[in-house]
Amino acid sequence: MQTLKKKLTEQVLRTSGVNVRKCMRCGKCSGSCPSYEEMDYHPHQFVYMVERGDVDALMKSNYRCLSCMACVERCPRGVAPAKLIEAIRLMVVRQQGQNHLKADQIPALLDKDLPQQAIVSAFRKYSK
Amino acid sequence: MQKIGVFVCHCGTNIAGTVDVHAVAEALKNEPGVVFSTEYPYMCSETGQNIIKNAVRENGLTGAVICSCSPRMHEVTFRKAATAAGLNPYMLEIANIREQCSWIHKDMPTGTAKAIVLGKAAVAKVNLNVPLTSGESPVTKRALVIGGGIAGIQTALDIAEAGFEVDIVEKSPTIGGKMAQMDKTFPTLDCAACILTPKMVEAAQHENIKIYAYSEVTEVKGFVGSFTVKIKRKARYVKENICTGCGDCTKKCPQKKIPDEFNLGMNNRSAVYIPFAQAVPKVATIDPEHCTMLKTGKCGICAKVCTANAIDYTQQDEYIEEKYGAIVAATGYNPITLENFDEFAYSRSPDVVTSLEYERILNAAGPTDGKLVRPSDGVHPKTIVFIQCVGSRDTTGCGKQYCSKVCCMYTAKHAMLTREKYPDTEVYVFYIDVRTAGKNFDEFYRRAVEDYDVHYIKGMVGKVAPMADGKLMVQASDLLLNEQLHIYADMVVLATAIEPDKSARSLATMLTASMDTNDFFTEAHAKLRPVESPTAGIFLSGTCQGPKDIPETVSQAGAAAVKVIGLLVKNKLTCNPCVAHSDEQLCNGCSSCEKVCPYGAISYSDKEFRMPDRTTATRRVASVNAAVCQGCGACTVTCPSGAMDLDGFSNRQIMAEVDAICR
Repeated sequence: MQTLKKKLTEQVLRTSGVNVRKCMRCGKCSGSCPSYEEMDYHPHQFVYMVERGDVDALMKSNYRCLSCMACVERCPRGVAPAKLIEAIRLMVVRQQGQNHLKADQIPALLDKDLPQQAIVSAFRKYSK
Repeated sequence: MQKIGVFVCHCGTNIAGTVDVHAVAEALKNEPGVVFSTEYPYMCSETGQNIIKNAVRENGLTGAVICSCSPRMHEVTFRKAATAAGLNPYMLEIANIREQCSWIHKDMPTGTAKAIVLGKAAVAKVNLNVPLTSGESPVTKRALVIGGGIAGIQTALDIAEAGFEVDIVEKSPTIGGKMAQMDKTFPTLDCAACILTPKMVEAAQHENIKIYAYSEVTEVKGFVGSFTVKIKRKARYVKENICTGCGDCTKKCPQKKIPDEFNLGMNNRSAVYIPFAQAVPKVATIDPEHCTMLKTGKCGICAKVCTANAIDYTQQDEYIEEKYGAIVAATGYNPITLENFDEFAYSRSPDVVTSLEYERILNAAGPTDGKLVRPSDGVHPKTIVFIQCVGSRDTTGCGKQYCSKVCCMYTAKHAMLTREKYPDTEVYVFYIDVRTAGKNFDEFYRRAVEDYDVHYIKGMVGKVAPMADGKLMVQASDLLLNEQLHIYADMVVLATAIEPDKSARSLATMLTASMDTNDFFTEAHAKLRPVESPTAGIFLSGTCQGPKDIPETVSQAGAAAVKVIGLLVKNKLTCNPCVAHSDEQLCNGCSSCEKVCPYGAISYSDKEFRMPDRTTATRRVASVNAAVCQGCGACTVTCPSGAMDLDGFSNRQIMAEVDAICR
């Protein structure tokens, strides 16, 4: 279990390219977040949870992040919390065995509660 | 042939931990010229130095190589020991096997191999060393202080009190600097002007101090003990020695809509102005960019109302040249500009102000006469949000990566002053960390929390949004409650990061003083020589060296003064004998060396030379003034014909070192 957690954390760090150790715990990310009240975990928590290796909790609850990247834009240390969420979403998709999702399959998978911006951000990785 | 002794230092385990010092001593025994080789745990100790002295005497050594720490650390120590034993100090060389070897390598074989190579190079150099003798240069017993803020004033006063003449060059029309703009000072809350202005007056009246206000340094030549400085005295269009500072002209001047720099543009001044009531020198200055008379020739009201006849529209910038023995940089700081921090709405709402602006708002001589009102509508604010670390501790390039050091304390001060004068005001402070290291500093901050009920919230503001009703919506995180807050504030105060004054960089170039990547002046040693620049004769005072509060600035200003006094009491300075000289036979007169010399030590003259066929020819050749040359070596690498060479670091010696390394 421990090794799986560690592997997941490493995967998130590698996929996102985020250095969570640069965080100085100022909370500007959570001060910037427009979707704060909607989320179980808040941007400053994403970073700390990944640093502690607590990725599985995030994988169960992350889709309310709008991927608006306000936290990425305003972080004074260049940590990019939303990029962690993008990486975690990708891991969830992969764990569900949908690593090779086709763009035309997406409409069937859409959740009506999913914020529009999150859908747009999901398309970002199919744009290439 | 030289008789060279090699002395390898263990430096405890600093060197011996990574370098097999015995193997180094043994290997160097076989180098050409080496007649003696030994090792010892601490070469710099009394016993270690005696080993060197005894070896010099007993073996009749003509040269020595010490394999030890950086020459910056102990070259002087070892050269003194060599001199005591009768060896010319310049016959001793250091092979740096600590900073450049043992400290940067992890395994013994690599470290040892490199230490041997470094030792070989030093031996190869000593084989070509020749004894050098230091000359002497005179000391001009006058100091220059650049910058007339509290740092510059304190340094000047301390030097002047010791009996030496000091000139202060200040670029703005008055001395006083940033401290003059402040309202109260932490942690005692005494009025800044009340403690600063007496010092300004003292400086003005001191017989040893001359103040060049509204002036700038434009050129620095020379070297420690003998600098020649060109100072530009900008035209005030007012005769400084006649103006009485009555202020009649400022009242009558028709151009009154010019943003007042002293109040950070929050109110207006006239085109002829006196920055503030206690300005020193208290004389008017005409701003040529806004004066109608100077621009169009049609006005002249100030000249008409001036009873002292001090106005002179024909005044020109003047240049004066002075000689100094020492120069102190005290160029200070400025708050950063906030164009990279649009989320705080500074450019969109006048009710978002910087801390220095807030300081002026609180000040009785400020734009609001000391009444706390919103800049937008003049209404008393009921909710004020202070945001800390705006632009500080930012590694993204938008701000500064360092902690500005003073913001935690002045924000606590602002919060406390606000709550003291206006108890009906709610005050919030958003902080990342509260850093209050300093005597009575944490107590001060705790008073703000405990006695004045200032709401300190651990978290950062994400955005400030100006609302239609004139309020400012502050969206922030409270990390301890794990909540997002929305505060509807009347005013927002940004604890803006500070940066060195823009003039510091060009000044550093003129002084050949080094700077760090943030444009703070670098000190000669971070711990042991904190008020000296690595460039001899240049000293540092105040925030030009790093963020500082007033008590620290004053301490450092005093320390810089002591160093200056220590230099000025000397009648002669020992010169560095490692100076350049030109081989006139090789010199082709191209002037390349003259152009690169930062000290102006090289000059050209026409000389007659005898040619092989017994005729004479006149050629233009370079010569070096040894008293001015600092031995930087720029000319030797520039010279295309190889005519320039540096004593103690000759081209042959450097090539011998390279050969020894490559062998």
